[in-house]
Amino acid sequence: MRTARATAGAAFCAALVLCGLVYEHPLVLGALCLATLAAGRLAGAGAQLSRAAKLCLLAAPLVVAINLVANRNGLTVFWRLGEVPPFGQLDLTLEALAYGGALALRLAVMVLVAALFGAAVDVDALLLGARRVSARSGLTAVLAVRLVPVLARDARRLDEARRCRWDGGGSGPAARLAVLRAICAGTLDRAADAAAALEVRGYATAGRPRRARSPWSRQDLAFAAAAAALIAIAVAGRVAGIASFDAVPALDVPTRSAELALAAALVVTALAPFAARRGNAR
Amino acid sequence: MTLLELDRVSYAYPGAKRPALRDVSLIIEPGELVVLAGGSASGKSTLLRAAGGLVPHVHGGTFAGELRCGGLDVREHGPAELSAVAGSLFQDPETQVVMGSVRAEIAFPLEGRGDGPAAVARGVEEAALALGIAHLLDRRTAQLSGGELQRVALAAAVARRPQLLLLDEPTSQLDPVAGDELISLLRRLNEEWGTAIVLAEHRLERCLAAADRVIALRDGAVACDASAADFQEWAVAHAPELATPAGRLFADAGLGHRPTGVKDARRALVRAGLLPDPSMPEPPEPPSRGERRRARRDAALRLDGVWHELPAGPALLRGVDLAVGPGELVALMGRNGAGKSTLLRHAAGLLRPTRGRVRAAGRVALLLQHPGDYVLHERVADEAPAAALRAVGLETFGDRHPRDLSGGERERLALAVVLGDGDASPAVVCLDEPTRGMDRLAKEALAERLAGLADAGSAVVVATHDAEFAATLAERVVLLADGRVIADGTAREILGGGWYFATETARILSGAGGALLPAEGARLLRAITTIEVP
Repeated sequence: MRTARATAGAAFCAALVLCGLVYEHPLVLGALCLATLAAGRLAGAGAQLSRAAKLCLLAAPLVVAINLVANRNGLTVFWRLGEVPPFGQLDLTLEALAYGGALALRLAVMVLVAALFGAAVDVDALLLGARRVSARSGLTAVLAVRLVPVLARDARRLDEARRCRWDGGGSGPAARLAVLRAICAGTLDRAADAAAALEVRGYATAGRPRRARSPWSRQDLAFAAAAAALIAIAVAGRVAGIASFDAVPALDVPTRSAELALAAALVVTALAPFAARRGNAR
Repeated sequence: MTLLELDRVSYAYPGAKRPALRDVSLIIEPGELVVLAGGSASGKSTLLRAAGGLVPHVHGGTFAGELRCGGLDVREHGPAELSAVAGSLFQDPETQVVMGSVRAEIAFPLEGRGDGPAAVARGVEEAALALGIAHLLDRRTAQLSGGELQRVALAAAVARRPQLLLLDEPTSQLDPVAGDELISLLRRLNEEWGTAIVLAEHRLERCLAAADRVIALRDGAVACDASAADFQEWAVAHAPELATPAGRLFADAGLGHRPTGVKDARRALVRAGLLPDPSMPEPPEPPSRGERRRARRDAALRLDGVWHELPAGPALLRGVDLAVGPGELVALMGRNGAGKSTLLRHAAGLLRPTRGRVRAAGRVALLLQHPGDYVLHERVADEAPAAALRAVGLETFGDRHPRDLSGGERERLALAVVLGDGDASPAVVCLDEPTRGMDRLAKEALAERLAGLADAGSAVVVATHDAEFAATLAERVVLLADGRVIADGTAREILGGGWYFATETARILSGAGGALLPAEGARLLRAITTIEVP
């Protein structure tokens, strides 16, 4: 995926996100999570996806709990908590629990796909594309993305330096504020240096870059085709009424062969581009 | 056509009391490689920024005189127009690289010029090949090391094939290997492409041999404009802090020749029949202050089998055993990634070992690489106690803003911040690459301060790439490689017989007599002269 052009990779990620938005069915969302995790591993971004998965596991109980308390539309009460200020009469229902689970799965799809995008798609190349539309805005976006890790490293260094001060650098909000102020001052220095570098590279006279046409590689084609196929499957399934999901007022989670086939099709399609191994041995 | 012409140029930064450039007149011709020498704040950077149009267009200030770059008057033409004639490279590679990928970075100036896709692709390919970074083209700039980033920035600067390159201490943030590689690349650009180069550099021994001319600045004015050999002659007589170790060695030995590098010096010694035999016996080591104190007390810092292993990566430290006695001065050397900084962070307790144990006899003060990181307040007086400021000679700077201090002054302030007041003198003082971008006078002053701390009983451990500084400061040198201690001995043992980790004097004399510094080498040469010419 890293070798595919940025637009193809971005389209693939966008298609996965679209699938996650179109469906609420837990089976389909679970399949999308699995497909994204596997895609991340195959793209060499296993570590980033693992971190994102841990984040999802931490966030999921919170999402479910909030939905349990906030969603009052379910009918199947499994725990009556009675009068709980400030919520009033609080009954926990099976439907709210199931809907919370579906929301947590949908959030997981989004987070995992975002991690995959960040790790395997060349954001810079996408932003460079934006330079052809608006040269200065595109360059500003590129520069911002470029300087984020630099400033993050600066912040880590400043915090280490604070801990090395003779008095231990203090603690609490005042110490954090001092470091924050130093980071801001450092950011201005960095900005001034970057401005000077841009000036001496001829930024002031730069025009809009011309479009470079490069032939599509087999990876480009594979990921673009997978993106198109994912969207087609998602739309077709929706139109055919497959994998509908109703949590309220009563839980309705159809799990027929059609739902299983849809989930399998999404997983196979998402992983298909990684199976494209044809080419010259050397 | 003359590439760069300054006629009585004077310049003062906005609000500055003193001018940064004073009545500077000079000419740079095509194909010349000119080294700009001078101490900190002597005007080197300002001169380069003026030649590139950043002064006065970006910095503002008061500008007088006439400066033409490639025939363009810098008053009328800004940095963008001048960039067609002169490429610029500054100290910090992190902020000069503006794009996210190497290919985009090198393509940027070409696209800006309006080149078509084919011309851009060719320009990128040629610049990358010329600078040996073709293998980096598809890498993200965030993944590159400092040396790689600096080469990418240089490739972007030369992509438009400028006739003149202006380089402001481009090696100051690099380790010596990356620094030497960059200087070699510059020589190649100069010799093969005919690019004129103006290079500001503190470590003159690195580049003097390649220079056609050396221009020395002092207080913003040209103090010397001569060939490399004549510059050495002038420096020895009028600015000893600028003379290279080779120049000082010959001057101290009373030899008339002024060598510009190791090869030149060795050739001169061979001609004079003075090249000492490398097997010449070394004088006995002076008694080590550290050893004496180690014998008396326990170690001030002890690392026992310390490992630092990354969760998904290599081990940065592999079972390091090290004991440093009170009052001992130790230089920690090794290439980038050898584990020096990690070891110091463990000593100071910033990191916890995966295995092993770190013990210190008291507080460990750690000065990290960037002294500017210690600046948290608006006034110098708020950063450190008055006694600490007095100890580093900054007691009169209390009301100044720390960011207005020079590099050397900021380093002293950072030292005051980590040391604190004298009541609780640290048991161990660790410094990570403290001499980056420092001129020789500042290095000598730092070495004196550290010796003072050692005399007061603190163990001093300095991670450095600077063999000259290590030889001046340390009585013991510990060499690290791949997270292991591979050599641990006296400075003479480690720096005298090495190829890479060696001082210029030791390289000229092939380590004969254990001479590391010019004064020691000169004594050796005088002894040979006395024996051979009775």
